[in-house]
Amino acid sequence: MATKSLLARKKLMAKAEEQLKYLSNGIFKDELPTFRHQLEKIDDFPLKPKALEILQLNLGYMCNQVCEHCHVDAGPDRKEIMTKETMQQCLEVIKTTKAHTLDLTGGAPEMNPNFRWFVEEAAKLGVKDFIVRSNLTIIRANKKYFDLPEFFKKHNVHVVSSMPHWTKGKTDKQRGSGVFDKSIKALQDLNAISYGMPDSPLQLDLVYNPSGAFLPSNQEALEQDFKKALKEDFDIQFNSLFTITNLPISRYLDYLIASDNYEDYMYKLVDAYNPAAVKNVMCRNTLSISWDGWLYDCDFNQMLEMRVNSPVQHIKDYNEEQLQNRSICVSQHCYGCTAGAGSSCQGSVV
Amino acid sequence: MADSYYDPKDLRKFPKITEWSEELGTKFFDYYGKVFEKGALSEREKSLIALAVSHVVKCPYCIDAYTQDGLQRGITKEEMMEAVHTGAAIESGATLVHATQMMKKYDKLSH
Ligand code: SF4
Ligand code: SF4
Repeated sequence: MATKSLLARKKLMAKAEEQLKYLSNGIFKDELPTFRHQLEKIDDFPLKPKALEILQLNLGYMCNQVCEHCHVDAGPDRKEIMTKETMQQCLEVIKTTKAHTLDLTGGAPEMNPNFRWFVEEAAKLGVKDFIVRSNLTIIRANKKYFDLPEFFKKHNVHVVSSMPHWTKGKTDKQRGSGVFDKSIKALQDLNAISYGMPDSPLQLDLVYNPSGAFLPSNQEALEQDFKKALKEDFDIQFNSLFTITNLPISRYLDYLIASDNYEDYMYKLVDAYNPAAVKNVMCRNTLSISWDGWLYDCDFNQMLEMRVNSPVQHIKDYNEEQLQNRSICVSQHCYGCTAGAGSSCQGSVV
Repeated sequence: MADSYYDPKDLRKFPKITEWSEELGTKFFDYYGKVFEKGALSEREKSLIALAVSHVVKCPYCIDAYTQDGLQRGITKEEMMEAVHTGAAIESGATLVHATQMMKKYDKLSH
């Protein structure tokens, strides 16, 4: 398993333009319909936003892990980190936004040196649902993070964490050796202060994404399997499981190509395309803000460097009304959001 | 001309069998779909049975399809291998149980 990002390894797929080129050529030249074509067929092109509900802030691409499927190409070598100044600009936006959910992601958002300050300030603004996407191992990575569960509890943060499987082998294969044991310990720590426990208001959700070139199956069935296994084997409880389809970008795209799975995977996504999922793709109710303050339709478009198609492109010029008039930028990676029951940061959408 | 009897890409063309016999093809796919729905058995259990049978009937398309289906359902490789052994045990058992016929015949013919 690689210990460095694609960027540090100077791989071609580290570049957004190369990824977009790859996704627009080959099988999408003559064999398979483009995503735009699918939208045109259902009169949904250009794709337009609905009411804004979620602001997703990417606090930086630095991470203590280097997961094989990571769409951010995150890792310890990534130096892109949101500054306090940009955070201030975000706080100004949070004061006036109509969005009810604030969603902090990364990399490992906790590695941003101003993470705690930002959470304290944002929590004061009375956000209804305040999510931190925590990779779990960060909580056990270093003494300075051991008290994160208490910190989350103090600010009523909703914790959403990745867990690819309930067995050690599969988890460590996707996320790195030792990840499973640390994640289990972190989940037990969270449970100990009543995160994810029945009747507790402290929300702990898990995110599952397949560890390989296949699609996730039914969210409810997997949730039951996860709940049963984690309870029986480790006495761990959690609220909901979100299944997320791996989008063919960044490290996952690199993996698909290197393992000769790219064409089959794209066929699978296109075969599983479900027009009903278009209604609820997350770019329609979300705005994504990058570490350097640029605005995107979603975290995936952020990684592909496809900025919002609007006169307002940066948080310093933020104007929600104007942004609502934009058309959403799409490409073939969007098939990942509309396969089967659909996929979003909140799991399936149909 | 393909230089092999089996081409993985042909699996994608499976639905096309209806083109040459609409009624029978459609009836088959309706039946197939219904069989794999959750019933007295879970979809997970059915997937493992399908994987075992795929090996017994030695269908490379089915093996591809149900290995992938199992992965999607979070079925572990240990579970998959046990399912295959279950199929193999029945298959070899079915061969070996015929040995009783051989023994019977042998005994009858010899003294
Ligand atoms: S998937 Fe998450 S935890 Fe893994 S490297 Fe990427 S950002 Fe880090
Ligand atoms: S990747 Fe998904 S969320 Fe992003 S623009 Fe495409 S459909 Fe929307």
